[in-house]
Amino acid sequence: MAQTRTPLMDEKAVRRALSRMAREITEQTGGTEGLVLMGIHRRGDEIAEFLRDEIHKAEGIEPALGSVDITLYRDDLGVIGPCPVVGESTLPPDGIDGRIIVIVDDVLYTGRTARAALNELMDWGRPSRVYLCVLIDRGGRELPIQPDIVGRKVEVIGNRRVEVLVPALDGSLAVEILKAPAGGS
Amino acid sequence: MTHTVAHFGKDLIGIEPLSAEQILLILDTAEPFKEISERRIKKVPVLRGKTIVNLFFEPSTRTRISFEFAEKRLSADTVNITTTGSSVVKGETLVDTARNLEAMRIDMVVIRHGSSGAARFLAERIPSNVVSAGDGSHEHPTQALLDLLTIRDRLAKIEGARVCIVGDILHSRVARSNIYGLTKLGAEVGVCGPPTLMPVGIEELGVRVFRRVEEAIEWADVLNVLRLQLERMQGGYVPSLREYNRVYGVSSARLERVPKELLILHPGPMNRGVEIDSDVADGPHSVILDQVTNGIAVRMAVLYLLAGGAPEKAESAKGGVEE
Repeated sequence: MAQTRTPLMDEKAVRRALSRMAREITEQTGGTEGLVLMGIHRRGDEIAEFLRDEIHKAEGIEPALGSVDITLYRDDLGVIGPCPVVGESTLPPDGIDGRIIVIVDDVLYTGRTARAALNELMDWGRPSRVYLCVLIDRGGRELPIQPDIVGRKVEVIGNRRVEVLVPALDGSLAVEILKAPAGGS
Repeated sequence: MTHTVAHFGKDLIGIEPLSAEQILLILDTAEPFKEISERRIKKVPVLRGKTIVNLFFEPSTRTRISFEFAEKRLSADTVNITTTGSSVVKGETLVDTARNLEAMRIDMVVIRHGSSGAARFLAERIPSNVVSAGDGSHEHPTQALLDLLTIRDRLAKIEGARVCIVGDILHSRVARSNIYGLTKLGAEVGVCGPPTLMPVGIEELGVRVFRRVEEAIEWADVLNVLRLQLERMQGGYVPSLREYNRVYGVSSARLERVPKELLILHPGPMNRGVEIDSDVADGPHSVILDQVTNGIAVRMAVLYLLAGGAPEKAESAKGGVEE
């Protein structure tokens, strides 16, 4: 039996959510002063770019962009077997000390990725405030981590996957729920 | 969606058993590790809780320190054992030393040994990961990998590059590892050195032999200049250091004769004025210090890949990998 895909958000819905999230970011951070959008590699990067463009449209100023690859901060390296490919993390040119960081990811699930990203940020410097911003909060947290800005909250049972499709990697912008065949991963 | 890669194996004994894909995987993995050494806090927690023993039976400064930096920047705990001051001088065998270390629950051994095959011997007898830091005149895999990374950094790709290794090819594990690595990645490889220091039948490894260093310079894009072990003179392989310098030394006078930019590598430590002249070593085409910097990144990549675990776990873990 093949995987079944159920659409959750189409392109229009994603774009609406992103522009609202962008407004919420500047509302919470009080403008773009010292603001850095830090995407979690790879789909978080893409979402962060959308948010940057939205903020630019609304505020006339482009916030700084960074990227964090959490591979080396995972808590399951010994478990997942052959090493995941390590990506590169990039900081904004002036670093993150004293700045307002918004960690951006596509899906928030167990909270372990956000934990890893936080640890990595702390190794890089001392931001004045860190926010967590996700397009989809699918519930199922295993750590006491909550998002500050959410595109859409859905309760998805454990054996389903929430996939965010982005133009740069998948050719379209949408959110889908994947149901794996019985007994599969 | 998680990007997983082919099995890497338990040990890194040499370049010869590796496939081109595996070599490229190490080089690609080394790229992001370069950035970690540029951070203010030069440390990531990926090998936290792993214990690594650096077992050095031969003197080494650069390689041992490079491995130690790589281990520490990955948060591993390290112990250095050198021959003097250990029970090796009391006559303990290699395998007994290793078994005793095993009994102390270690995870990895980095071994440098004067006998060819020592790293494999150890790898077959203990369950820990074994990384060769040079064994006899067999191989020095991490040196070749850092040389490959340095060449790729400058030339964008290794395929099609003309690399000539100059010096004592006969005794050099660096030469052997480089020849395997370069030919696997599609480079053209030349070797140049005195006939007394040139192994018979070296052409069978797919390399061109140059008698004169001038010809090698004319042909090559990259020169990898090897250290002339000063003991070789006593062994009667070369008449004198001065003569070696006059015939095989890489000097700016020789380089200036060809109108092109040659890349100059040297695994160190250099004998200035013997195999390489100071103005070349410190010149604009020298990437000798880039090699040292890349050495840490490459060793971090190797340790990371070896620590990655067994392939059979990958499938079952896929479902558990969070989005």
